[in-house]
Amino acid sequence: MAILVLNSESMPIRTSEDIVHVRQAVRKSAVSLGFGLVDQTKIVTASSELARNTLDHGGGGTAQIEVVRNDTRSGVRLVFEDQGPGIANIDQALTDGYTSSNGMGLGLGGAKRLSHEFDISSKPGSGTRVSILRWK
Amino acid sequence: MERIPILKMGEYLLVTIQVDMHDRLALTLQDDLTTQIVKHRSRGVLIDISTLEMVDSFIGRMLGSIASMARLLDAETVVVGMQPSVAITLVELGLSLQGIRTALDVEKGMVTLKSSITESTQDGDTSPEF
Repeated sequence: MAILVLNSESMPIRTSEDIVHVRQAVRKSAVSLGFGLVDQTKIVTASSELARNTLDHGGGGTAQIEVVRNDTRSGVRLVFEDQGPGIANIDQALTDGYTSSNGMGLGLGGAKRLSHEFDISSKPGSGTRVSILRWK
Repeated sequence: MERIPILKMGEYLLVTIQVDMHDRLALTLQDDLTTQIVKHRSRGVLIDISTLEMVDSFIGRMLGSIASMARLLDAETVVVGMQPSVAITLVELGLSLQGIRTALDVEKGMVTLKSSITESTQDGDTSPEF
C-alpha cells in the first residue's frame, strides 16, 4: 500500500542536545496526529535510542521526521542516517545485550519492539540507515 | 554550566528531574550526587522522575549507576513517581531497572528509604554494648 508523506522535517544530530531536540520534534508530530500518551512515549523513546546510535556509533548524522498516511491510517515515520563505520553484523546488533560501546545494547532491538515497522540497511564503511514507523 | 539541583534534607538528598535531560546533564548529575553523598554523609537519595515524559536506556542506565554508586557509599536510592506510560515503554524496550527501588510518590519513597536505612543500621550494628 502506498504511503503518502504529509509532512517532513530533517534535523541534524551532532551533539547530545540534538537528541533532546529530536525527541521533542517527534513528540510534537505524534501529538499532532492524536497519538495517545503511551504511543507518544513509545515512539519518542525509540527515537531517542536511534538518535543516540546515530551520534555514538555513526559519528553524527540526520533524523528525518515524517507524518505519513496510507489508505486507512496515519503514523509517524522516522529515518536516521549516518555516514559512520556501518554495522558488519546486523543480526548481532539487533540482539539484546549486544553493545559495541558502553550502552546496554538495547538501542536497536528496543527501538524495533517499540515500532510497528522497522527497516535497517548498513554496510561496513558506508554508514547506516534505520527507518521506523509507528501507526496511530 | 547547566545542573540539576540537589536538595539536602537531614540525612537525605532529594533530586527532582524536571528537564528533558541530555546525556551530559545526566552524567553531571551522577557526579554531583556521589560528591554530595560523601560531603553530607547522606544515608538516602530520593529521585523524583514524575515530570519525566520519557526514560530511555541511557537514563535508565544512569539511574542504575546512581543506585549502585550510592550503595557503595552506604546510601540507599529510591526512584519515585514514574509515569505509567514510561513504565509500559521501559518494559517493552527491555529495561526492567533491576536493582533500583521504586515508590509511587515522594511520601512513599521517604517511608521506603527510612525503613531500609533503619534495617541496614540494625543489621550492621554488631558492636558489643558496654
